[in-house]
Amino acid sequence: MIPASFDYVRPQSLEDALAQLGEHGDDARVLAGGHSLLPVMKARLADPGVLVDIAGIDGLSGISESEDGITIGAMTTHAEIEASASVQGRCRSLAEAAAAIGDVQVRNRGTLGGSLAHADPAADYPAVILAANAEITVAGADGERVIAADDFFTGTYETALGAGEIITSVRIRASAARGSSAYLKAAQQASGFAVCGVAARIALDADGAVERIRVGVTGVAESAYRATSVEDALTGAAPSAESIRKAAATAGEGVDALDDFYAGADFRRHLAGVYAARAIGKAWIRAAGE
Amino acid sequence: MAQAPKFIGAPIKRRDDPRLIQGLAHYVDDFNPPGTLHMALARSPYGKANIRSVDVSKAAVAEGVVAVYTYEETKGIGPVPVGGLVPDAKVPVQPILADKQVLFAGEPVVAVIAETRYGASDAAALVEIDYEPLDAVVDLEAALEPGSPKVHDDYESNEAFVWGIAGGDVEAGLKEADVIVKEKMTNARVAPLALEPRGVLAHYLPGEDKMTLWTSTQVPHKVRTLVAGQIGMPENRMRVIAPEVGGGFGSKLNIYREEALAAFVTRELGVPIKWVESRSENFLTTIHGRGQVGEIEMGLKNDGTITAFRYNVLADCGAYYQLLTVAIFTLTGLMLPGPYKIANIEMNATGVFTNKVATDAYRGAGRPEATYILERMMDIAAVELGMDPVEIRRKNFPDKSEFPFSTSAGLSYDSGDYHLALDRALEAADYPAMRAEQEEARKDGRYLGIGFSTYVEICGMGPSAALGGQGWESARVRVEPTGKATVFSGASPHGQGQQTSFAQIVADGLGIDANDVTVVHGDTDVVPYGVGTFGSRGTVVGGSAVVYARDKVRAKMAKFAAMEFEADANDIEFEDGRVFVRSAPEKSAGFADVAMMAYSAIALPEDTEPGLEETHFFEPSNFTFPFGTHIVLTEVDPETGDVEILRYVAVDDVGNMINPLLVHGQIHGGIAQGTGQALEEEMLYGEGGQPLNASFMHYALPKANRLPRFELLHTTTPTDVNPLGAKGVGEAGTIGSTPAVVNAVIDALSPFGITHIDMPLRPERVWRAIAEKRA
Ligand SMILES: Cc1cc2nc3c(=O)[nH]c(=O)nc-3n(C[C@H](O)[C@H](O)[C@H](O)COP(=O)(O)OP(=O)(O)OC[C@H]3O[C@@H](n4cnc5c(N)ncnc54)[C@H](O)[C@@H]3O)c2cc1C
Repeated sequence: MIPASFDYVRPQSLEDALAQLGEHGDDARVLAGGHSLLPVMKARLADPGVLVDIAGIDGLSGISESEDGITIGAMTTHAEIEASASVQGRCRSLAEAAAAIGDVQVRNRGTLGGSLAHADPAADYPAVILAANAEITVAGADGERVIAADDFFTGTYETALGAGEIITSVRIRASAARGSSAYLKAAQQASGFAVCGVAARIALDADGAVERIRVGVTGVAESAYRATSVEDALTGAAPSAESIRKAAATAGEGVDALDDFYAGADFRRHLAGVYAARAIGKAWIRAAGE
Repeated sequence: MAQAPKFIGAPIKRRDDPRLIQGLAHYVDDFNPPGTLHMALARSPYGKANIRSVDVSKAAVAEGVVAVYTYEETKGIGPVPVGGLVPDAKVPVQPILADKQVLFAGEPVVAVIAETRYGASDAAALVEIDYEPLDAVVDLEAALEPGSPKVHDDYESNEAFVWGIAGGDVEAGLKEADVIVKEKMTNARVAPLALEPRGVLAHYLPGEDKMTLWTSTQVPHKVRTLVAGQIGMPENRMRVIAPEVGGGFGSKLNIYREEALAAFVTRELGVPIKWVESRSENFLTTIHGRGQVGEIEMGLKNDGTITAFRYNVLADCGAYYQLLTVAIFTLTGLMLPGPYKIANIEMNATGVFTNKVATDAYRGAGRPEATYILERMMDIAAVELGMDPVEIRRKNFPDKSEFPFSTSAGLSYDSGDYHLALDRALEAADYPAMRAEQEEARKDGRYLGIGFSTYVEICGMGPSAALGGQGWESARVRVEPTGKATVFSGASPHGQGQQTSFAQIVADGLGIDANDVTVVHGDTDVVPYGVGTFGSRGTVVGGSAVVYARDKVRAKMAKFAAMEFEADANDIEFEDGRVFVRSAPEKSAGFADVAMMAYSAIALPEDTEPGLEETHFFEPSNFTFPFGTHIVLTEVDPETGDVEILRYVAVDDVGNMINPLLVHGQIHGGIAQGTGQALEEEMLYGEGGQPLNASFMHYALPKANRLPRFELLHTTTPTDVNPLGAKGVGEAGTIGSTPAVVNAVIDALSPFGITHIDMPLRPERVWRAIAEKRA
């Protein structure tokens, strides 16, 4: 379909972009890869008067590694994240989530920042962002602030991002010495989005017991969430296939699940359990082996 | 032809591919005559609603808007053409723009003409239509209940037609049976979704009083005759061009509202008018396929012999008919016996109006539905009788000596060897090993399944009398003065590759190189009146016309050569670009030299006109009946409901193959499409008649990464219905694949006691079926 008409600006600096957003207020939208925003505009479900394209701003894209983690610019594409050796080494589940997004064209254009800001309940990254306890750095008229993953996703298409704020980067700590992560999803056959996606990040102690585990679930509820019951059940003991299966079964319990023609609420809750078991199992085997 | 064929049978790459792959092909949307205006339509968002008022005042003054049309201005246009009816069918009149009511979501109400496509869309959004939403009819069974809301207020009920076919005596057959198996099955409504949506560009030249209509169609001459009629123009003042057409699958074997509308508007305004369908419009307003819900009863002897087969079915017509809506369901009836000797068959069909876009021909068109229910029932019966699915099929095949084989549905199958195709497939699949693998896997808690489909289909549509007219096809072959040959075909291929295969046919007959043959089609001012490409007829009927036209030209050339060499015309041979006397090969001339003789015409053989151009209209004596066996190995994940196809073995017998590469291409696409129906595809509607999944974000098409590498084999049983011995291949893959895939999934789930799940076998459905059995 065809979007309503709009103006387009391409600022060259973050300050300029923030100024543009301030000036146009509600009428303006940030444009990153356009792979969520443009489809919505083409269906005429949104008709912003001004698009502020942030692709021309230096420093918003790229992956940098430090001793304890990685920092990924908001404008980094899914394809770059999927292919990055740093990401694969420091947070394998993030690379797996990136690789599981849509198709090649989508991955070549879509960005990490765009996906997080859009906060589609079926997007892949949010599960990993929660499991990895990532920090999201945003810039606004009043300067910079950092939002913790647990505080970021507040609802369907809703985040803790304030009006006129721009996500600039995402920081993820590297996996522990005996730690790893995994992301697995059931994809909707048409869109490729997650009907259920689970990211598990696990750290084992010297004896092989679970020191820390975080499990993020996307696609199942109105917003991505942490399966804390699963985390609690597994923390402190050495896992087994059986204990993982038992703990994971609660991943969807009590969740107010999405319900549509493709997957009913009970099916989604069930899938949360299945995929939690599989993702945790995979992360555990990796952690124990690595 | 004395010479062994050089090109016929060769796997030559499609000529179309380089231009298609490089984006150099020209579709309707690629033509932009100066001054073109664009049309956009304001469409109903409701399944059914009264139109209280239409206010176009804002749209009319929007930037760049040139004209706005409503029902009032367009009511003079004839309604959408309908054919292929059965006796006593109710035939609603489909207007070009809606008047007092809209009857399906997507029905057009107002047309806006503007300078740009975007401007037209913006202005269409400014049209204010005051709707009063009404209860919509969505479900086929509920539609026939007393007190159901009605699609058409002026009809008594939602019953569109009642039609049946019977052979033998089903009641007697059921009495004779040792077991009777029954099941209710759905062939969901699916969307054809050609890669190129529809599009039309109409350009009327007032001075010449001539119109050119570029349209994405499978049937340009039908469009010319019918659209000219709708707008009251002599058809010989209209030229219809089907340029590159990006797929049709039957959906473009239709005359749509936008074609007549664009033709009407260009005549009013005298400037070119273009409309190109968006994908959303494609989902909403281009015909859908299938749409059957029925109950099947099948009687069998303990040894597997089928004694009776009955199908009582509700057929989803939509709100209005398109060109062949009703006829498609009758094809299901004709193919009900499939490849089996079933003496007693019966189909009782009730057509049902619903507040949806019409159903019509979609790849396979009626035959996949028949094959699906029959092949599913064969498996259900096999389980009931404790027989192997292979054995129950074999038990009921006619032997090859029984062909031509007369069926209880009244058809005569031209030729076949069903056992051989099955044998080949079993061998290629290594069936015993597959079963062993399945058994091993089950021990590990893995669920593998093997699915069969042994199918026969009706192709090469067809004798004119059997089709209710126009079953022939035309071709003209011209040998140019320089020795090149040009084929003008009345068939209108749209991706099948006849630009290559027709060249192969002509090259062999004339002893020239296939690269020296050009194939032209899809232009009513250039090619002889033609019927079109559908029903797997392009090569079978259209190619046969080419054979005869070619032979006429060849005979004429032989006369010129005979005159030159003072030989008998029957003694003239064509080979490798030379024309020579068979009994005295030193008497020889270049092919082009002989061609030039016919054009220079300095000397003429007796009773011979100058020139080398001959036309033939080929009328087939019967349909053709391709057949085959498909074997599918799947794995089902019982925890997630996911289905993976591990192997796909297909043996298809399509008679002689003009170009095996093209045949494989057709089978590849066909299998993929049939797999889509089996696993993923289904148009869904909410209570108000609004589609729930009318976009590629919601409606899944089969993707390459969900399909294995196909293992394709053939047996070759030629037909004597046409000179090529070819049977047609456009639809075989679709027909064979759907039941094979479903049967494989059900076989995988047999340890759970599951005997049937309705398509599409999406993960949730599979999971639920298992959960129910586990509970
Ligand atoms: C066919 C298709 C399939 C897809 N499949 C999947 C899938 O399987 N899984 C999945 O997770 N996603 C999928 N997507 C979505 C895809 O990942 C998008 O690229 C992503 O969601 C949005 O990123 P973008 O850069 O394109 O953002 P845009 O579309 O440009 O923007 C999206 C929203 O975020 C805002 N925004 C963008 N960048 C910033 C920023 N730096 N700061 C603040 N606000 C910002 C915009 O204003 C807008 O509201 C699919 C998309 C398509 C078209």
